[in-house]
Amino acid sequence: MSNPQQLRYSKEHEWLTAAEDGVSTVGITEFAANALGDVVYVQLPDVGDTVAAGATCGELESTKSVSDLYSPVNGEVTAVNQDVSDDPSLVNTAPFEGGWLFKVRVSEEPKDLLSADEYTDFAGN
Amino acid sequence: MSPDTRRTALDAVHRALGATMTDFAGWDMPLRYGSERDEHNAVRSAAGLFDLSHMGEITLTGPGAAAALDYALVGNIGALAVGRARYTMICREDGGILDDLIVYRLGDEEFMVVANASNAQVVLDELTARAGGFDAAVRDDRDAYALLAVQGPNSPAIVKSLTDADLDGLKYYAGLPGTVAGVDALIARTGYTGEDGFELFVAPADAERLWQALTESGADAGLTPCGLSCRDTLRLEAGMPLYGNELTTGLTPYDAGLGRVVKFEKEGDFVGRMALATAAELAAVKAPRKLVGLVAEGRRVPRSGYHVVAGDAVVGEVTSGAPSPTLGKPIAMAYVDAAHAEPGATGVGVDIRGTHEPFEVVALPFYKRRK
Repeated sequence: MSNPQQLRYSKEHEWLTAAEDGVSTVGITEFAANALGDVVYVQLPDVGDTVAAGATCGELESTKSVSDLYSPVNGEVTAVNQDVSDDPSLVNTAPFEGGWLFKVRVSEEPKDLLSADEYTDFAGN
Repeated sequence: MSPDTRRTALDAVHRALGATMTDFAGWDMPLRYGSERDEHNAVRSAAGLFDLSHMGEITLTGPGAAAALDYALVGNIGALAVGRARYTMICREDGGILDDLIVYRLGDEEFMVVANASNAQVVLDELTARAGGFDAAVRDDRDAYALLAVQGPNSPAIVKSLTDADLDGLKYYAGLPGTVAGVDALIARTGYTGEDGFELFVAPADAERLWQALTESGADAGLTPCGLSCRDTLRLEAGMPLYGNELTTGLTPYDAGLGRVVKFEKEGDFVGRMALATAAELAAVKAPRKLVGLVAEGRRVPRSGYHVVAGDAVVGEVTSGAPSPTLGKPIAMAYVDAAHAEPGATGVGVDIRGTHEPFEVVALPFYKRRK
C-alpha cells in the first residue's frame, strides 16, 4: 500500500490534507483501516465541535474491536462525511478518498505531523 | 510473534493468500484473508474453508477407554455408537468447566477427543490422570492431525466431488474414515458455524494437498478461505458458546444453560458429579443468571466484559459481542439476572463506554439455518 505524498500523517494513523481556505480534510490511513478489519460503524464529531490534536473525537467500530478516533490538529469541525456514516465500509475500500471522516478549520497544528515517507517508516509498511 | 508460536501445516498457504495472521492460543492463525464480513457471508450462502489445525486431538484406546471417558467427562460416552460424535464437557470436582469438547467414537475401543487449543494441555493432563485407574491409553495426537473445515450450504457438494465416502449417510455429529482428494481423512459432519459442513482430520503432510484440491473443486461453488474472525461471528450468531467467554472454570454447565450435557443416568461415578447434582437442583429452583441473546437497537457494538444494565443497576455482563453480518445489527451473548433475562424484557441496555444503549433480550440462537 502507498501513503499519498501530498498528505501529512499523525502517529495515531490519521491523515490530513493541506489546508484550503484554512480547512483540512481528515481520515484514517489504509494501514489503520487494514488493521481494524471491516469497519461497521463510525461515530464522528458534530459540525461545530472543537477538536484538539491527540484528543478523541469519535470512534470506529470493527468486527473485532472499537478504536478511538483522534483529531490530528486543533480546530473546529466544519463538515462530516455522511456517506461514511451511511456506509462505514468506505473506510476500508477508499480510506484516502471516499472514506474521509471530517473537515476541520485548523487553528493550530502540532509540530510532530509526519510526511508520507516518515509515516510509512513509522507504520512499518 | 513469540518464538514459541506454532505454525500449522498450512502456514505457507495462508501467507501466499495474504492472510492477516493473529496469535491464538499460542498458534499463528489466519484472522482473515480479506473482508471478514464477506467470509462470514460466504459461509452462510455458499461455503467457507477453514484451517483449524490449532484444535487439540487426544486419542483414548483400550478396553477401558469408554469407561475412562465416562468417568472423566460429564457425558454418556459409553452409549455413543461407533461412528458418532458428541458435544460434551470436562469439569472440575467442583463442577467448574475445564473445557467443552467433541468426542468421536472411532471404534469400540478407540475415541478421539477434540479440545480447544487454549485448553488442550489441561485436557490432556486431566484425561491422563483420570484414565489412570482404567485399562486405557491416552495419546497426545495434537501433532498427528491437521484439521480443515468446509462449512456452508454448498459444502456437501464440494466434499462429495472429492470422495467416494457415503456423505448422504453421514449424519450431523457423525464421523467416518475415508479418502478425500486421495488423502486419508476422518470425515466428520461437525462444525462451529451454524451451517451444515464437514471437518476433515488429516495428516499434516497431506493438509496442503487437500486444501488445494478443495479450493479447486470448490471454486465454482463459491468456496472462500475463511479466518478465525468470521468463525467467531458465525458461532456467535448460532448461539454457540466459546470457552473463555461463555464458559469458564468459574461456571458449571448449568450456569451456562447447558445442563443437558450432564448425564447422571450413566453408569458409575464421574468427576464433578456431586457438585453438578447440587448445581442441577439450584438451576431447577432458581437460576441466578441466564445466558441470553441481546440485539442492539443502535449501531454501537457491545464487547466482552461490558455491563448489562437496567435503569441504574448492573444486571449482567456481556460475554461475546460483535456486529452480526446476517442480522445487520450488533449482537451479544450475556449472562443476565433472571429477572431481566426473559425474551422481550424491557428496559435492558448495555453500558457501552459510559452510554447506556438500548438492547432487546432474545432467546438464543440469533440464527438458525433452514433445513
